[in-house]
Amino acid sequence: MTTYLLSVHHDLGVTDEWVPEGMTEAEVQQSYEDTGKFNEELKASGHWVFAGGLEPPASATVVDNRQGANVITDGPYAETKEQLGGFWVIEAADLDEALAIAARGSFACKGSVEVRPFQGLA
Amino acid sequence: MTFDDEITQIVRAEHGRVVAQLIRRLGDIDLAEDAVAEALITALEKWPVDGIPPNPGAWLTTTAGNKAIDRIRREGKRDAKHQEALMIEDDTPHEPTGPVEDDRLRLIFTCCHPALAPENRIALTLRLLGGLTVGEIAAAFLVPETTMGQRITRSKQKIKAANIPYRVPAEEDLVERLGGVLSVLYLIFNEGYLSSGPAMRVDLAEEAIRLTRQLTTLIENPEVDGLLALMLLTEARRPARVSDGVLVTLEKQDRAQWDSALIDEGHTLVRRCLTANRPGPFQIQAAINAVHTDALDASMTDWSQIVKLYDQLVILTPSPIVELNRAVAVAELDGPEVALAIVDRLELTGYHPFHVTRAELLRRLDRTDEARAAYDAALGLAENEAEQAHLTGRRDSLTR
Repeated sequence: MTTYLLSVHHDLGVTDEWVPEGMTEAEVQQSYEDTGKFNEELKASGHWVFAGGLEPPASATVVDNRQGANVITDGPYAETKEQLGGFWVIEAADLDEALAIAARGSFACKGSVEVRPFQGLA
Repeated sequence: MTFDDEITQIVRAEHGRVVAQLIRRLGDIDLAEDAVAEALITALEKWPVDGIPPNPGAWLTTTAGNKAIDRIRREGKRDAKHQEALMIEDDTPHEPTGPVEDDRLRLIFTCCHPALAPENRIALTLRLLGGLTVGEIAAAFLVPETTMGQRITRSKQKIKAANIPYRVPAEEDLVERLGGVLSVLYLIFNEGYLSSGPAMRVDLAEEAIRLTRQLTTLIENPEVDGLLALMLLTEARRPARVSDGVLVTLEKQDRAQWDSALIDEGHTLVRRCLTANRPGPFQIQAAINAVHTDALDASMTDWSQIVKLYDQLVILTPSPIVELNRAVAVAELDGPEVALAIVDRLELTGYHPFHVTRAELLRRLDRTDEARAAYDAALGLAENEAEQAHLTGRRDSLTR
């Protein structure tokens, strides 16, 4: 078993809202429902560890205490078009199983999903 | 062949089998590779004294297995490591994990996993299954050896960290994953056939054919048949391809030297592909080679058929290299001037066959100075000695 982080990357577009460009309100609502259903399936199949959706990047605060002189700044760490929107932590037998789960998650939440293994939790 | 060469050849032929089996038993690529490397050192010490064992592959597997146990015991820190040692000593057959039983095929599906970058899939397969050194792979890809070394190391780290499985993919993914495996097998074949180092390394081409032949018995897919046919029809011409260390081009080859058994097998496969009626790039390339090997003499080649096949190939896999090969056929059908116009539009100045093709077309058009310059450009890029000898001969036979 390997533990994987499935992080969802949304294209924010010009607005700072979690509404991917080109999606209607009804489609967004549908994706919430699909994601909820997918979460229940993950719990039932035993892959679920933890998951969560994030508030938009504007709600972020960056802390930099690398030099011991703490600096607190507003805003996301990187100003990129693609932003982390949420994530799942799952347990899967191997990468093939994790990729298959990620494909279902990507379809449900309408975002691309990066799959990364955790260190030393294999 | 010197004794050392003989040992090197045996080791290369057995490398994939030994490594693949140890990876399955150890569940660790690095440990398996290190153990095999240590076994090779022992072989190089012992074989010249004791002679080559009757079954060198089995000898290497046993020795490498023992090296791995030693290492695990030496480093033995955790229970898991001791379990690994037990796994090595346990000789009960492994449970089948898919339709393909061969450890090497299991390994090739891992090496060709889509989570790895395409160039890394090829490098890893050549290293682990082909048994090529990092230096040889680097030379084949025209990158520095350190770069290739890092690429292979990172790929192995990713397989381990991301837990890329060591098995043949499930039925629903099999066809998709197969495409990547076929490309890798074809590159291994070409590495053996066109080797950039000493011309023609027999074992790699044979190994690619062996693995592809096995795939045809396990998966119903005309592209697998097509790839095998392509390899067989290319391999069949090998005896006529070099004469006295000089490359002989297709039209000048002594066709009586071609291997008729391989040609028959290749033609049978191409006919089977045609019946399946699901054309793909390897099947079309095989069909082109079938047209060539059908002609008793180069002058009897059905060039219009070959151009039609290239037209299909250009649609399926558009690339300047396919356009270049198509132009060679066009030259036979519509003349060198038409072909040269196509070739001169292609951006392939780093690819030596581009300059060879230009040289031959310019020669036929009596543009001698330009032809000579094109031969020189080709010679600057060609690495195969037999080909260099051929090109030098062609250039020096130009009329002044």
